[in-house]
Amino acid sequence: MTLVLHFGNNKVSLTAGSRRKGGNRMLTLFSKTKELEAQTEEFCDKVSEGALAFRIGLFSYLDGDRDAFAEKQRHMCEIESRADDLRRQIQRRLYLETLLPESRGDVLELLEYTDEVLNACESAMWQFAIEAPDFSSDVAAEFKKLVETVVETVESLVSALRAFFHGQQSSDHTHKVIFFESEADKINRRVLSMIFDGDGDLSYKNQLRHFVLHIDNIADIAENVADKLAIFALKRAI
Amino acid sequence: MDIAVIVFLSSGLFLGWSLGANDAANVFGTAVGTRMVKFSTAAFICSGFVILGAVVSGAGAAHTLGKLGAVNAIGGSFVAAFSAALTVYGMTRAGLPVSTSQAIVGAIIGWNLFSGFPTDSASLLKIVGTWVACPLLAGVIGILLFKLTTAVVAWAKLHIYRLDAYTRLGLILAGAFGSYSLGANNIANVMGVFVPANPFSSFSLGDFGNLTAVQQLFLLGAVAIAVGVFTYSKRVMLTVGSGLLPLSPVAAWVVVVAHSVVLFLFSSQGLEHFLASAGLPTIPLVPVSSSQAVVGAVIGIGLLKGGRGIKWGVLVNIASGWVTTPLISCLVCFVALFFFQNVFNQQVYKDASYLVTQVELAEIERRGVATNKLTRLADARFDSVREFRNELQSRMSPTEHEESVILEVARIDPILISNIKLWHLDAEPLSDEQRSAMWKIVGRKFIHRWMVDEALAEASDAWKSLPSTKANKVLNRELRRQREIIYDVFRIEEPRP
Repeated sequence: MTLVLHFGNNKVSLTAGSRRKGGNRMLTLFSKTKELEAQTEEFCDKVSEGALAFRIGLFSYLDGDRDAFAEKQRHMCEIESRADDLRRQIQRRLYLETLLPESRGDVLELLEYTDEVLNACESAMWQFAIEAPDFSSDVAAEFKKLVETVVETVESLVSALRAFFHGQQSSDHTHKVIFFESEADKINRRVLSMIFDGDGDLSYKNQLRHFVLHIDNIADIAENVADKLAIFALKRAI
Repeated sequence: MDIAVIVFLSSGLFLGWSLGANDAANVFGTAVGTRMVKFSTAAFICSGFVILGAVVSGAGAAHTLGKLGAVNAIGGSFVAAFSAALTVYGMTRAGLPVSTSQAIVGAIIGWNLFSGFPTDSASLLKIVGTWVACPLLAGVIGILLFKLTTAVVAWAKLHIYRLDAYTRLGLILAGAFGSYSLGANNIANVMGVFVPANPFSSFSLGDFGNLTAVQQLFLLGAVAIAVGVFTYSKRVMLTVGSGLLPLSPVAAWVVVVAHSVVLFLFSSQGLEHFLASAGLPTIPLVPVSSSQAVVGAVIGIGLLKGGRGIKWGVLVNIASGWVTTPLISCLVCFVALFFFQNVFNQQVYKDASYLVTQVELAEIERRGVATNKLTRLADARFDSVREFRNELQSRMSPTEHEESVILEVARIDPILISNIKLWHLDAEPLSDEQRSAMWKIVGRKFIHRWMVDEALAEASDAWKSLPSTKANKVLNRELRRQREIIYDVFRIEEPRP
């Protein structure tokens, strides 16, 4: 639409299309930002969901409910694959739309490392499915505590990530990650002692040890991400 | 336009180009260097707003530079601008800190020394004072703005992507404001020396008003700055963006805004008018260095963070630049004027003639300067400013104020209020009352400017200066500007003996 204005003998025409284009560009910038925000939020949701699925799945396994475990394992695979998709989409958009030029590398690194937490959870569940280890009831009870603490570590990491993305104090959450990780280490040692103090041959004990270390490793990865996040948050504050 | 005029203006365009290439980097350097804004976007916005600032608000700072020394021959303007440009170029090549403002001030003083016209020390002091004040003020504004911005960002808890989008938008807006301020403040450096020898005349834009001669000159200078931005500033922008202290995009935004506010404060006639009408002290309208404003703001933020990582050597370099740049430029200009006049046989200044009769002595006395030592000079005429000043020195060793009064009163500047010229005088700069007062003195010839002022003041109150108070400062300056127009339009050339 063209609007023609008359000033004395002068005629000035305004074309609505051209005005809308500039306005649209601004709107597009903010709507793109909103989409990206939503994707990042969903990524955090997936990591959190993954941790919950991991806990429910392993608890079911330790309680002997293999069907529920298999169902949660499938769920875990879906979550992991969706999180991978989201990470790739965010990565692509950050580069293509040259967003966050200063901290793009940091953000992508954070997402990649966080994705590794999910990968580790998924791979642990696969190992349970393939090797189907047997746990005595007392070891299983301690093992549940380990899983619980590892999941708390991941949950705190997700809270720290959300705080970082929302411009809030992530240190309120990163110190919890560190705390839960050291708790996981303590439980890890306790479970290992129980395993090696108990009956059974060495190969069986070694197999269980492998599972304990694998689960504990998830908390270690989460702690590494939290350390990186603390540095990135400091960098952004300068 | 005469080809010679274009050749003479070329040095101003060269200076404008180098200003565009270097100083645009202060406005958009961090934004482009951090890849928050594309170079093409930055160059487009920067050019547009530099031109707008120069044409709309460029006059304020140019006035102070004009008071320091009115380079009155276009050959002299050429040499002054060329010397300043050469100094800026040479010192930049040598890796020394340099500012266009300081270079042009040095060049004008060089011209004053060569031509024998006195340097207005009050204006010089005002200018040098602002050089010191500029980085300090930028630092203070940077600190306050940084504290405020970080508080707002912490309070708003924006998502990292949204903060990025707002910062991007903020950098573009601050860059536009910075470019406008740069054009308004620094165009005086580029084209200020050409104002007294302006080859343009004003022309009408129909219903959109007039484009005055000075505005056309500034438009040309601003276009040169814009060309500098497009052709050469990218490299400098990338260096500034990555070479300066590592700043977050938000801190970069604070730096650009602090820089722009400082440049705006030192060039806004509107703000001066507002402060004056409120009876507050006004900020001098002086071209200041945009690089120093940026460094001041960065150091301010650095101090706020505990002073770690600040390169104190930069401060020493800035302070040394206040002395070395004008000195080098002054020297280059003096030597270049000598060559230009004696080797190329070009006029680099128009000498002034002075007449001292009983009439002038009475006026000098009326202005509060004792004339008892000058009475023996009565009816003497001097055709060189240097000769007259030497004569005054030998007779009475006048103070700077006394000398400036005597020079002003005795200077011969023949003015004839002709019917035809008055008929064709632009309507815009004068009020109706002032114009009708002009008709009352039509046909009269005056030998001195002050005589025109007297005749006009007698003809109408609209031509009378108001008592010298803060509130009247702006109005009196406007009156002086209107009188300058009358002198320029009605001046008649008198054959020199």
